[in-house]
Amino acid sequence: MHHLALATAFAALMTSPALAGKVFVSNERGNTITVVDSETWEVITEFAAGNRPRGITASPDGKHLYVCASDDNVVRVFDTETYQELHTLPSGPDPELFVLHPSGNPLYIANEDDNLVTVTDVNTHTILAEVPVGVEPEGMGISPDGKYVVNTSETTNMAHFIDTTTFEIVQNTLVDQRPRFAQYTADGKYLFVSAEIGGTVSVINPEGGGIVHKITFEVPGIAPELLQPVGVRVTSDGKKIFVALGPSNRVALVNGETFEVEKYLLVGQRVWQLAFDAEEKYLYTTNGNSNDISIIDVAAEEVVKSVQVGQQPWGVVVVSD
Amino acid sequence: MFRLALLVFAGLMALSPPVQAQEVRAVVLRVDYPALLPVSRLDLRPEDLGFAGGQLATEDNQTTGRFMGQTYVTDVVAATPETALAEFERLQGEGLRFFAVQARAGELLAMSEAAAPDTLIFNTLAPDTGLRSAKCRGNILHVAPSRQMQSDAVAQFLIWKKWPRWALIHGSHPEDIALAEAYRASAAKFGAKIVDEREFTDTGGARRTDTGHVQVQRQLPVFTQDLKEHDVIIAADETDVFATYLPFHTWRPSPIVGSAGLRPLAWHPALEAWGGTQFQHRFEELTGRYMRPEDYTAWLALRVLGEAVTRTQSADPAAIRAYALSENFELAAFKGQKLTFRAWNGQLRQPILLADGRITLSVSPQDGFLHQRSLLDALGLDQPESACTAFAQ
Repeated sequence: MHHLALATAFAALMTSPALAGKVFVSNERGNTITVVDSETWEVITEFAAGNRPRGITASPDGKHLYVCASDDNVVRVFDTETYQELHTLPSGPDPELFVLHPSGNPLYIANEDDNLVTVTDVNTHTILAEVPVGVEPEGMGISPDGKYVVNTSETTNMAHFIDTTTFEIVQNTLVDQRPRFAQYTADGKYLFVSAEIGGTVSVINPEGGGIVHKITFEVPGIAPELLQPVGVRVTSDGKKIFVALGPSNRVALVNGETFEVEKYLLVGQRVWQLAFDAEEKYLYTTNGNSNDISIIDVAAEEVVKSVQVGQQPWGVVVVSD
Repeated sequence: MFRLALLVFAGLMALSPPVQAQEVRAVVLRVDYPALLPVSRLDLRPEDLGFAGGQLATEDNQTTGRFMGQTYVTDVVAATPETALAEFERLQGEGLRFFAVQARAGELLAMSEAAAPDTLIFNTLAPDTGLRSAKCRGNILHVAPSRQMQSDAVAQFLIWKKWPRWALIHGSHPEDIALAEAYRASAAKFGAKIVDEREFTDTGGARRTDTGHVQVQRQLPVFTQDLKEHDVIIAADETDVFATYLPFHTWRPSPIVGSAGLRPLAWHPALEAWGGTQFQHRFEELTGRYMRPEDYTAWLALRVLGEAVTRTQSADPAAIRAYALSENFELAAFKGQKLTFRAWNGQLRQPILLADGRITLSVSPQDGFLHQRSLLDALGLDQPESACTAFAQ
């Protein structure tokens, strides 16, 4: 094990660094955000972020950091340079996860306790709409053209397609048990929805909402019930799909054309959320039970480093300088 | 803001019109047995015990139903052991076919006998292992864990801890004797040894009086004085007579497991893992109290129904039963893995929480107990051990 760690450390030293930037990790139990330098992978600082920070994202210009402070019932907005809290946004109760419109406004927020998606204007700090959805909304994805936002509801087991101009649900797709995350491909051709308890990722054709394929997972020696898909990210060329598999402590690398799993990468414990850096050179994973993040070299398809962060890391976003 | 939500809701209904509204009617039928006050007043029975779990499940089902074109209606009925069968028949006469029943084995079996050919009963309470074996009935699906599942859950934990020497103290009522039998079977199954055994006879008594604790503090050490060398004491006291008094009152320092101390439960209000927090929140907001195992099992029963209706688009009891027992059925129920039914006896497979009253200490199945089909099948009667034939294909 120790040898392996050394070997991966060397591999890390030899790979060329990414663009300078910062990795922000929300620590659900620590009530903090850990900031990691994306070049040196050293922890820069850790700052308080309100109660139970989970969903985390950044404005397109990288200046503002948005954090769902679930137990405070607000979204907190921080300056990515000074880490000062600038203001809060009304989010509705128990915000868990959100997605920003590609233009940077508005923010679509899943309210886990209230079966709602709240649409919040990040400039005027007002709620534009509340859309009733299924029970325990969580996953939020947005089509690349910004026309549809997709919410997944964990107990209703559906992906709800919401028209971003009318705020009405126009289509529902029934997926497997406990859908956690929704992610479009960059060309908008496919939508991936992970089902944590069902153990699958549904590949959905957004046009019509039909399921065209179900990605399944199998690791010898690992109980199938531990293979619990949560976070999903796809490279912008659509070729590599990464799926975080929760308590199996693995990230699956799935072929974007065949939808077959090509590789399982061993990461920290209970891996949930994933984020690329701007160049998609590295993928960062949050490992809630080992209190660290793993860093995956996307081209080399291997884990190159892990970095200790705060208590129970939940979400991650990378901001370029 | 509230009005806006309503408007959007109206719009939603207009855009995805249900093909035809389908009504799914069910009932939570609870039998209230005469009982003494519980040993601890923290265990007082809430008026809406079980009903509240059913109500939450109905709201959950309804939220899904509005997208799928179903309406869920659930009645709640409380009966006595004497009126239970008549109430069941009355409800059946009104056309009800889905019953979440909170009753002991006797009343449950009577309902099963009186059931119409297409009636489906969910057992949300009776833990009798026999109901999953020789006394099984094809029209009963068990969402409540059996005694054997509970004792196996404890046994796995104790073996994992390397605490294999058990002293077993059981009560004197038939339920306590049956529970003791389950622990004996678990000991044999997982390689523990029952080094000593005795019965605590229920002679009535003061229970929660001002001086009760004085008697308890003097009597229980003596009662446990000459127990043979053991790692833990297993309390088999389903009738709540003595187990709650045992912790700290033993002759030697002994951990207590079973009916007190570390208890195997279908649900515990401190569970936070696997999305449990938001589930607890929703229940507490609805009821103003914590969720009990009886609420959880009622919720399970109606969620099994809702899930089967959603997937089959049918409210026909035969189709619901067939789907629930099929390999396609799976239910997320805040226990970290999908719950499915054992097709050979209608028992819902589920992890069992081990709680001390404050937190969830552990969850069984434990690591390292393997099974060729599902790790959950190491808890309770496995197919070769069950004498049930009512589910034969």
